[in-house]
Amino acid sequence: MLKAVVVAATVLVTASCSLATEQPRPGNAQTVTLVTHDSFAVRKELLDEFQKNSGITVEVRKSGDAGALTNQLVLTKANPIGDIAFGVDSTFASRALNENVFQPYQSPDANKRYQLDDTNRLTAVDIGDVCVNVHTTGLKGVPEPTTFEDLADPKYKDMLVVESPATSSPGLAFLLGTILHFGADGWQDYWTRLKANGVKVVSGWEEAYNQEFSGTGKGTRPLVVSYASSPAATPDTKALLETCYRQIEYAGVLQGAKNPEGARKVLDFLISQQFQAEVPDQMYVYPVREGVALPEAWQKAAPMPTDTEATLPAQEVDRNRENWVNQWRSLVQG
Amino acid sequence: MALVPLGFLTLFFAWPVVAIVGLGARAAMLDTLASSDTWQLVGFTLGQAAASTVVAIAAGMPLAFLLARCKLPGRGLVQAIVLVPFVLPAVVVGLAFRGLMPDGGVWSIILANAFFNVAVVARTVGGLWANTDRRAEDAARALGASRLRAFTAVTLPALTPAIGSAAAVVFLFCSTSFGVVLILGGAEYRTLETEIYLRTVQLFDLPGAAALSILQLAAVVAALVIGAVARKRRQAALKLRGRQETARRPVGGEWVVVGIAYGVLVLLLTPIVSLVSQSSVEGFRALSGTGHDNSLEVTGLRAAMNSLSTATDATVLALILGVLSSIALMRLGRSAELVDVAMMLPLGVSAVTVGFGYLITLDALPGDLRTSPLLVPLAQAIVVTPLIIRILLPVLRSIDDRLRQAAGTLGASPLRVWLEVDLPLAGRSLVTAAAFGYVVALGEFGATSFLARPDAPTLPIAIGRLISRPGELNTQMAYAACTLLMVVTIAVAVLIERFRTTVEEF
Repeated sequence: MLKAVVVAATVLVTASCSLATEQPRPGNAQTVTLVTHDSFAVRKELLDEFQKNSGITVEVRKSGDAGALTNQLVLTKANPIGDIAFGVDSTFASRALNENVFQPYQSPDANKRYQLDDTNRLTAVDIGDVCVNVHTTGLKGVPEPTTFEDLADPKYKDMLVVESPATSSPGLAFLLGTILHFGADGWQDYWTRLKANGVKVVSGWEEAYNQEFSGTGKGTRPLVVSYASSPAATPDTKALLETCYRQIEYAGVLQGAKNPEGARKVLDFLISQQFQAEVPDQMYVYPVREGVALPEAWQKAAPMPTDTEATLPAQEVDRNRENWVNQWRSLVQG
Repeated sequence: MALVPLGFLTLFFAWPVVAIVGLGARAAMLDTLASSDTWQLVGFTLGQAAASTVVAIAAGMPLAFLLARCKLPGRGLVQAIVLVPFVLPAVVVGLAFRGLMPDGGVWSIILANAFFNVAVVARTVGGLWANTDRRAEDAARALGASRLRAFTAVTLPALTPAIGSAAAVVFLFCSTSFGVVLILGGAEYRTLETEIYLRTVQLFDLPGAAALSILQLAAVVAALVIGAVARKRRQAALKLRGRQETARRPVGGEWVVVGIAYGVLVLLLTPIVSLVSQSSVEGFRALSGTGHDNSLEVTGLRAAMNSLSTATDATVLALILGVLSSIALMRLGRSAELVDVAMMLPLGVSAVTVGFGYLITLDALPGDLRTSPLLVPLAQAIVVTPLIIRILLPVLRSIDDRLRQAAGTLGASPLRVWLEVDLPLAGRSLVTAAAFGYVVALGEFGATSFLARPDAPTLPIAIGRLISRPGELNTQMAYAACTLLMVVTIAVAVLIERFRTTVEEF
């Protein structure tokens, strides 16, 4: 008898919460599930407008950072959790491509400059540069540094805070930037000098930027690894454009998508003029579409870095990542 | 009766974990197991967990005494404050501890872990302590035993099951604590939990992650078995009493303990106050919106409502599972310890392992649960159920079985016996367990962050998101949301306390 009560109660409870949260969907409209990372953001009105014009309701499903997203896509490739994915970046792209997660689709609007290969499985959507940021009024009279080399100069002793490449994606991008700049045999020496110059390593961007960096008012260090776009939100700071590492974020239609037709339309939408124009304010990244103007505040405080070559080939990153991070660990923390 | 909770556990825990570990079970696993680095990780993980457990028990015992045995004004508030750490997202607590002890290293990890878990000790031990018969102690004192001797010879043995229970839970929580270790350990201190996350999510080294998951599981089972053996040797029927009868104004040397308890309380309040002081009026005002440049998809208040409703679903489900398991565990005899250990396992396994396991298994169930909003309360219930068992079981086991036998002899059905004997005696603990479970579900971050849909974040998820985006408003809003979370917790605790008093009078 008790068992029956319990079973009934369980059923009731489960039913009640599912009823409360499941939204009714009109029968004729179609839905496309967009799988993405936690940093994805879009204005609701823009999605509503897209829905009105195309009849497609976009259901957004976020899962962790770019790494978590890629790995989830690989794990679920036999039965994907969505129709289209956005947010696989240059660091993880080759893993996704090798595992055949995406199907080919060439959008008429795709910017060929950022094309990864000729299979058309991934389409570039935005560009994010990781650069050292400086708090201009926090330097106390020392001239602003400009290059990687400057950061190891004793003038800037105990001023730089970076994220660990093992746990943070801007941290990894900065490490890759130093590898690109100093070469596969030179970066170790550079980091030894950074260490001697008092670089502080923390586990994530939140701590580095909000707690250690003097530009946000709480910390004491005027130099931090962040994004080229961060100065748009934080006054008296700017990005050192010679210390940038470029990461491109891609979208693609998933292999085995239940609604591939709709997914293609959503991909077109992601690189449309309207969506691209809002990418800076929504996600703190730069649009890939040519001729999309940056918001006014950005043009002054956070212009787009011009060094388009500041990135390592995806395959090389995928191959050496673990090894590089391990080397970095024993070098900086050993 | 044990079948319902065990079935649930198999479906939503064992199967996903086995599947994801199985996926990585290749020869490459052996490399990880053979590496000295791995064993260093195991050592550090267990060491910091053990140290944190010791600190949490040392700090929690005086509080348990204060809550269980002392009739002092403001007791309800103390009880509520003790619960607050539990709901705070680890990110925020980590940042607070960093601010308080900038170069704390291992010590800051241990203290932050203990900070989270003092409530487990105070609640679990306090629950039993409040119901143990004071007269045995009084008799010992009358026969000439010192206060200390009366405590070590009479009270402590009676409390051992609860202390063992609490220690097991705290140890599990500390050995799998993630956010705290990540933030306070910098990149320097790593545990099995942070390394499993790194290998699974960043490096996609599934064999390595599987090897570490197996080690984690083995360590957890070993700790649980040791705990269970220790508990078994000490289990004895106690005479249970209502708190009304056992609490009184402290006398003589008891004031020293009370003083220590208040000292612990001040220490607990330090990080809490530092958090509250960082929230601002603008931050609170912003909670009705979605943050700087719409950082959130819903308003802060909506997220708070989501938290409340999800935690309610999870608590109801966990109460059903927990009560059923506890009753079954009491009756099972020999296999009871085995089931007991099984029910505790979810506390000791990485949320990432379970989350990735869900991805590759739950699509086989009708309705593709992988993307269902239902998954959040289900996952929270898995975390909350063992806590309910831990609070309820020591009390149920302490009930003199002759009471049940007498009722049975007089013709009461098993259900009637439970309603007339067990429920009145364990009712207080049941309410405690519900309140505690609710608060844990409110604050749950690991599994929830993995499963919550973006249009329905809980408050801790919203805080994590706010703090990870630039903009001063977001930071202020995050701290305001933390304060809101604390206020809700205190309100829940005070409300439940009211309700509990009514139950007692009745």
